[in-house]
Amino acid sequence: MGRKLLLENINVPGINTFEVYRKHGGYRAVEKALKTMSTEDVVEEVKKSGLRGRGGAGFPTGMKWSFLAKPEGKPRYLVCNADESEPGTFKDRYLITHIPHLLIEGMIVASYALGAKTSYIYVRGEMMPQIRILERAIAEAKAEGFLGKNILGTGYDLELYVQPGGGAYICGEETALIESLEGKRGNPRIKPPFPAISGLYNCPTVVNNVESIAAVVPIINDGADEYAKLGIGRSTGTKLISASGNIKNPGVYEIELGVPVEEFIYSDEYCGGMANGKRLKAVVAGGSSVPILPANLILKLTTGENRLMSYESLAEGAFASGTMLGSGGFVVFDEDQCIVRNTWNFARFYHHESCGQCSPCREGTGWMEKVLHRLEYGHGKLSDLDLLVDVAKKIEGNTICPLGDAAAWPVASAIRHFRDEFEWHVSHAEEAMGRNYGLAHYADPLPKAETVAAN
Amino acid sequence: MSERVKVTIDGISIEVDAGTTILNAARLIGGDIVPPAMCYYSKLEGSGGKCRTCLVKVSKGSDKDPRPMPKLIASCRTGVMDGMEVQNITSPEVMEARKGIVEMLLINHPLDCPICDQAGECKLQDLSYEHGSEATRYEFERRTFDKIDIGDKIQLHMTRCILCYRCVYVADQLTDQREHGILGRGDAAEISTYIEKAIDNDFSGNVIDVCPVGALTDKTFRFKNRVWFTKPVDAHCDCDKCSGKVTLWYKGEEVLRVTARKDVNGEVESFICNTCRFERKNTSEWTIEGPRKISHHSVISSNHYELLDPPAVIRKNPALKEANIEEFERVTRHY
Amino acid sequence: MLKISETDEIIFTPELLVKFNEILLRYPEDRQKSALLPILHLVQAEYGWVSSPLMDKVADFLQLKPIEVYEVATFYSMFFLKPPGKYMLEVCRTGPCCLIGAETIMKHIEERLNVKEGEVTADGLFSWRGVECLAACGMGPVLQIAPEYTFYENLTAASVDELIDRLRLTTAEKAQIII
Repeated sequence: MGRKLLLENINVPGINTFEVYRKHGGYRAVEKALKTMSTEDVVEEVKKSGLRGRGGAGFPTGMKWSFLAKPEGKPRYLVCNADESEPGTFKDRYLITHIPHLLIEGMIVASYALGAKTSYIYVRGEMMPQIRILERAIAEAKAEGFLGKNILGTGYDLELYVQPGGGAYICGEETALIESLEGKRGNPRIKPPFPAISGLYNCPTVVNNVESIAAVVPIINDGADEYAKLGIGRSTGTKLISASGNIKNPGVYEIELGVPVEEFIYSDEYCGGMANGKRLKAVVAGGSSVPILPANLILKLTTGENRLMSYESLAEGAFASGTMLGSGGFVVFDEDQCIVRNTWNFARFYHHESCGQCSPCREGTGWMEKVLHRLEYGHGKLSDLDLLVDVAKKIEGNTICPLGDAAAWPVASAIRHFRDEFEWHVSHAEEAMGRNYGLAHYADPLPKAETVAAN
Repeated sequence: MSERVKVTIDGISIEVDAGTTILNAARLIGGDIVPPAMCYYSKLEGSGGKCRTCLVKVSKGSDKDPRPMPKLIASCRTGVMDGMEVQNITSPEVMEARKGIVEMLLINHPLDCPICDQAGECKLQDLSYEHGSEATRYEFERRTFDKIDIGDKIQLHMTRCILCYRCVYVADQLTDQREHGILGRGDAAEISTYIEKAIDNDFSGNVIDVCPVGALTDKTFRFKNRVWFTKPVDAHCDCDKCSGKVTLWYKGEEVLRVTARKDVNGEVESFICNTCRFERKNTSEWTIEGPRKISHHSVISSNHYELLDPPAVIRKNPALKEANIEEFERVTRHY
Repeated sequence: MLKISETDEIIFTPELLVKFNEILLRYPEDRQKSALLPILHLVQAEYGWVSSPLMDKVADFLQLKPIEVYEVATFYSMFFLKPPGKYMLEVCRTGPCCLIGAETIMKHIEERLNVKEGEVTADGLFSWRGVECLAACGMGPVLQIAPEYTFYENLTAASVDELIDRLRLTTAEKAQIII
């Protein structure tokens, strides 16, 4: 069994209440940080731990904290990003539902480290039940003196509020989230300035994912060195993986970074293998935005070594043969799934969620969806494949925020790795309406490294 | 005195005040190296960054940190650094990206230039001549909207809109009650008033001048004439609401429309009030200054209106001649 | 559930105003616009949807221009701009849920309720629509029902039938109590 840091007590009855959480060692990190550590100590500890942002980008959390500007006379804000909307990702919902005090404890420690006196947890509006859970937990913590004025007699004041979103994937982008929290449309801001200089209400602001904030608790409790012992290379610690799709045991798993992908899919400790005795066709490893990989490329590197669940190993091979850990949304496709249909579905998602502010994303996402729809419903042309690749290329990198890239990568990668399935949808349009392309050669052993086309 | 920094754009160096954007530095250099801008408007705070037509490549960040920037960046919203090197028309990557942006802007545009009042002074038209392809690769139905009237003087034809947000900034920054804004999301977003409300405000007409396309047009000029058949003349009046400095657009002796004056970048020099724009269409209400200088690239200059200086209307009408006597004598001296 | 016609004078109840004012305390002074989303949620929970007179009233309360409220309400997909059924079944239609049968569930709901996506049943009780990822991919297919956003996981045709029957029954029972 891998070591668990966040979900260790998840099955303890009543762990969602302050009393039980506290009894199992909860809020020790607040006591330790506020009473025995300076704010710089806390930032330094998080830096040393190697913790990387768990929302998707993987930027070192401690580094992000150290960029925060500290001008005189201006408040600083910490905002927790609980706008979990990336298809394939549901770890934050799980964590908030079952162990809300872990997030609150992390928020107190992180707010202290950053010098924030008011902090917000921005939760996607659809998670109303989770908003109620958090509000109740905050009230409990406040009643016990862990929030409000003069926390634990240390002189540190902190108010913590929950803010609901309104149904917009784009608000997971940190500057769109800030706009939304200011009561505006969720249009990402043009950077610079970055939030660390001018964020919420034009004040220095840090935005962190739920899991990143929660991970601060074990880092403070056990020390950065202990945390950094877990994991592999620059992928330190543990990561929550949301596993879904055609597997036996979908759910949220806390893994030590570095577990082989094959073990993650087939071991009973995690996904338990494929459901219904089907074979593995493809995996989207880090949420819908990251490149989709066929079975052979997700399990092995082109060198023949096992691919591991880590930032580096999943990215090995770059766009030619790799993908990304992203938010840890691990979606598994069996041999009965149609890659064309799924790509259309994802393209529809990004089209629906584009904020419409900048032209390549506003127009390009809709264009890609329409072409993919035509392919899926038997009216496609062979030239559509190159068209899609070209449109994706013209969106990628040219937009205000990463949604453009997120929309382009799934389409470009699906065509890169499953081109013959797309071609079959054109050449056998009628047949494709009635049956799926199947597994084809997507699970075949990889050829020797040098023969893998770099396209 | 503010600090001066050196920036090099397409090989041409210039010293500018620290804090200047790349686009404005390029405008100081002038000529072909100026990136096109469909949404940025120097007089509107917060504008820019959205259309992406002004993307450029920063091949050297600064003397201090010479690393290139990893992505193309919006020149209208990026400040120059000392020693920065920028590529615009010398970068194939930039030209390719711009071509892509123009294509994106056009896929849902109706291309109804033959019946559009903006034709001849449309920024999107210019842009597509310079960077567009002859044929479209888009084979789907284009987005359409019903025309709506915003008050009795302005028409909004959302089908042509490229969502530059300029009109929203105008309404926000120039008028005291913004009635229209961006509704909806993504490619379903539209400029609208949600419930039809008259925009009743002294400066609302400026949304027409800032609109880079034919989405917001002057109803008092609608279908009256093609702009290249009209003759622009600078004029002013004593106005208690605005500077009173305008351009009158003549057809024969009739003033067909009144607009603000636009500078070399196509931006309004000073915003004008609705009274000047919509109500003062008699020459007698204006002091004529002379023909408006129009770039020889523009189709409007093709009828050599500058030879008609001063306008015929002044030559023939003794009262007008008297009112504009100084101007008249100055420009007719060489005849 | 109240129905708002364009001419009705809207008066927020004192209970609602207390909640609004509590929300305002979360933000710094002059940043009351931050309360817009939470307040729109409360208004929708109370009235079933957000009509333009309701939005005007919210604008009035927060000292915003009405257009600022329209801009926001039309941007976010959770706000109903026309009245839905009493129970709006929102089914996740995104990739991971579709791998495990979300499309079949939507088709089943459509047939069972006999209304198209976005339409309301004749009795005003039900409407349904597909929505984008609800962040519950491991428990899919899933649906949620406003305004509590009660969540129903691992849906099957049978569990959807059972849910619809139960909602019908609950409504009928409530109606009886009122009579």
